[in-house]
Amino acid sequence: MTAIVKDREFAHADHSDAGKTPLGFWIYLMSDCVLFASIFAGFVVLRDNLNGGPAGRELFDLSFVAVETGLLLVSSLTYGMAMIAANAGNLRTVFVWLALTFLCGFGFVSMEVHEFGKLIAEGAGPDRSGFLSGFFTLVGTHGLHVTSGLVWMGVMFVQLALRGLTAVNRTRLLLLSLFWHFLDIVWIGVFSIVYLMGAA
Amino acid sequence: MNESFLFGKLTLDAIPFHEPIIMGAVGGMVLAGLAVVGALTYFKAWKLLWDEWLTSVDHKKIGIMYIILALVMLLRGFADALMMRSQQAIASAGAAGYLPPEHFDQVFTAHGVIMIFFMAMPFVIGLMNIVMPLQIGARDVAFPYLNSLSFWLTAAGAMLVNISLAIGEFAHAGWLAYPPLSELPFSPGVGVDYYIWALQISGIGTLLTGVNFITTILKMRAPGMKLMHMPIFTWTTLCANMLIVAAFPILTVTLAMLGLDRYFGMHFFTHDGGGNPMMYVNLIWAWGHPEVYILVIPCFGIYSEVVATFSGKSLFGYKSMVYATMCITVLSFIVWLHHFFTMGSGAKVNAFFGITTMIISIPTGVKIFNWLFTMYRGRVRLEVPVLWTIGFIITFAIGGMTGVLMAVPPADFVLHNSLFLIAHFHNAIIGGVVFGVMAGFSYWFPKATGFKLDPFLGKVSFWSWFIGFYIAFMPIYALGLMGMTRRLAHVDNPVWHAYLIVAAVGAVIIGVGIAATVLQVVLSIVRRDKLKDTTGDPWNGRTLEWATSSPPAFYNFANVPVVKGIDAFWTMKQEGKAPKLEPSYAKIHMPKNTGTGFIIGILSIGLGFALTWHIWWMAAGAFLAMVGMTIWHSFDEHRDWFVPSETVARTEALHFGVKAPEVVQ
Ligand code: HEM
Ligand SMILES: [Cu+2]
Repeated sequence: MTAIVKDREFAHADHSDAGKTPLGFWIYLMSDCVLFASIFAGFVVLRDNLNGGPAGRELFDLSFVAVETGLLLVSSLTYGMAMIAANAGNLRTVFVWLALTFLCGFGFVSMEVHEFGKLIAEGAGPDRSGFLSGFFTLVGTHGLHVTSGLVWMGVMFVQLALRGLTAVNRTRLLLLSLFWHFLDIVWIGVFSIVYLMGAA
Repeated sequence: MNESFLFGKLTLDAIPFHEPIIMGAVGGMVLAGLAVVGALTYFKAWKLLWDEWLTSVDHKKIGIMYIILALVMLLRGFADALMMRSQQAIASAGAAGYLPPEHFDQVFTAHGVIMIFFMAMPFVIGLMNIVMPLQIGARDVAFPYLNSLSFWLTAAGAMLVNISLAIGEFAHAGWLAYPPLSELPFSPGVGVDYYIWALQISGIGTLLTGVNFITTILKMRAPGMKLMHMPIFTWTTLCANMLIVAAFPILTVTLAMLGLDRYFGMHFFTHDGGGNPMMYVNLIWAWGHPEVYILVIPCFGIYSEVVATFSGKSLFGYKSMVYATMCITVLSFIVWLHHFFTMGSGAKVNAFFGITTMIISIPTGVKIFNWLFTMYRGRVRLEVPVLWTIGFIITFAIGGMTGVLMAVPPADFVLHNSLFLIAHFHNAIIGGVVFGVMAGFSYWFPKATGFKLDPFLGKVSFWSWFIGFYIAFMPIYALGLMGMTRRLAHVDNPVWHAYLIVAAVGAVIIGVGIAATVLQVVLSIVRRDKLKDTTGDPWNGRTLEWATSSPPAFYNFANVPVVKGIDAFWTMKQEGKAPKLEPSYAKIHMPKNTGTGFIIGILSIGLGFALTWHIWWMAAGAFLAMVGMTIWHSFDEHRDWFVPSETVARTEALHFGVKAPEVVQ
């Protein structure tokens, strides 16, 4: 046997996808995990630095946040349904579930913007105290992630409409689903550490 | 300050017309830029530049561009070093010197930032780019477009630092911009904002490199190459990129928080309002210590390759080298507090971090012995890369020892922020990283370009750096022990004067070394025919990068090699199975060039500039354009093409020095 093998067997070894994209995206998500971990750490350090301003228990409306949380959790579910539909090759159903996901995500972001606006109007903006800086940054970073997920979903609609469930689009749907569920998990952390522990 | 809608904080006053030194430097930069533009126009090379370089997704070309960036920034960082050394030599005899304090502060900040982020990082990543895919027998990296984007974001960051010289000012809060000094009340100018955006933009580029290279190594190795068959440089590349992915997000968050304080009046690190400046110091070093290993671990890999190749033996203790590297990778995350023992975390915390720091020297020691045992009884050829390696082993051992010394918290209470520390880390970073990238530069230069570097000037460069380093930094150790602290624009102690003069002489000797390198590159290009590497294997190498032509065809390997163990190419040569001209070749699947990365890079300069100067419309425009470009790019799914088999056959024939085989129609 020679040390060099005829190319035919490996011709596609390097530029067909071969799971590269999902792996790369996973690695990116891990780095995003470190990003959130650092912001969590910052928040926890500053949590009690109220600077004479309001604390979490005076600010947070847990039932409001519960609805927000519900929306995001449901959106993960609907995204899961979209993936099932995609695997079944059913484009129309994919659209329906994706649209529901989008609506839930949009509702989540709108509620967050509303909450932020209310806090700022009450004089509890991000420049009020170390605690509020940490709060706005942590929750806001998550919100920005969800927003970019929504933009991505919008692009996904167009690409699916133009090209259907091609291999490329399936991979992209998979990546977006990883992203979306990841944000869900991060939100569980935000909900527990920021809101539940903060309101206690 | 008044801000206009159109220009934000920017006015004509931002250009320092009254500063002759700065205007001279800016004039020089503008002239150099014009000369490049003129040459490109004269030689009608614009299209070539665009087609072959700016839009290239070829990892070898991207690597070369990284290294050009690094060398250019080395010149600038070194100019800053010379300014500081001459200022201190002059201004310790009672004279004021020629640099006013606020300028001196910008110089040491710019020097540190440039040397770490825009010299050492691009150099290391450039070498990884050129070498790692070749070493694993791949035809490109996992995400070629992202690779190009990474480079252009890095270059954009460097550009912002250079722009700050001409328009406005750079930060004067030190290379890590500690608050509260870097907060708005104490740094009201745009310097810190330039700093933040330059590092954020280039940081994203670095993070993408991390994602890209890990995926490449895990997914694209040649058939048969197990992890434990990978060349050591590839191993160290893997570890360094894992550190990048795990550490750079911390930097991003830290700088973002500082930015939020400055732009939105938040209270992360302010003294008042419930902020906590020490949190910044913790966070920045949680990134910063891994960062120094991101730089030095790949250099350990370079030394390993050089030692094995030029001793004509396989590396002593390959496995222990791999495990030592992994140990260092993990340990590098639990030592960060040694940068601020004086914070006052208490004896127990300091003891913990002191001990972890000392432990990290154990795997490093393992490596040193591996290199020594590889050379022992080998037939060591004293070529230039080997000189750098031996210089490293000696110098780094000293730097390591002064490091362990400072890992003892009580000792550090005395030495913290003194010139002893400055001497220590230059000892480690020049002896470890600069010598390493220079070894890699001379070792892989023929692979990347097809001709060797002139060896005589290489030796001049090495000896100047080696001797110059000791003359420049041994007095700095002594000054540190005498109590001189760092970052002083001016001192009054006459005893210190002589030491500072010696240090300045040392810096000039290092300057000779840098000049020798520049001359070496120029001269070698001129004499490239005489220095040509026709074999592709100029050093009798052991790993796969030497199994292709120099420079490799853009597809790297006409046939993907099959690997059975470590030192894959060496084994092939032993068995007489090195690649030779084949009667026929298959077509090859390769990525197409794209200008998206370059355009996004340019836009990011606009974004960083606009954010620095509060030109909000421009920031919004640049940001939206970047998002738009990204989306637009995602619609292009035809990113690959097939290299016809005839093209492959012709290229290979050229490499093996034969007439092209008949093309059968
Ligand atoms: C080429 C020879 C070099 C010389 C002569 C030199 C000289 C200096 C001097 C005089 C300082 C200021 C010391 C003080 O605070 O009093 C300094 C600081 C520094 N240097 Fe270098 N340096 C050299 C190379 C490098 C390299 C290669 C790196 C990194 C890759 C580097 C990184 C730094 C950093 C991070 C600082 C700290 C800046 C700060 O205080 O914020 N230097 N250097
Ligand atoms: Cu450290």
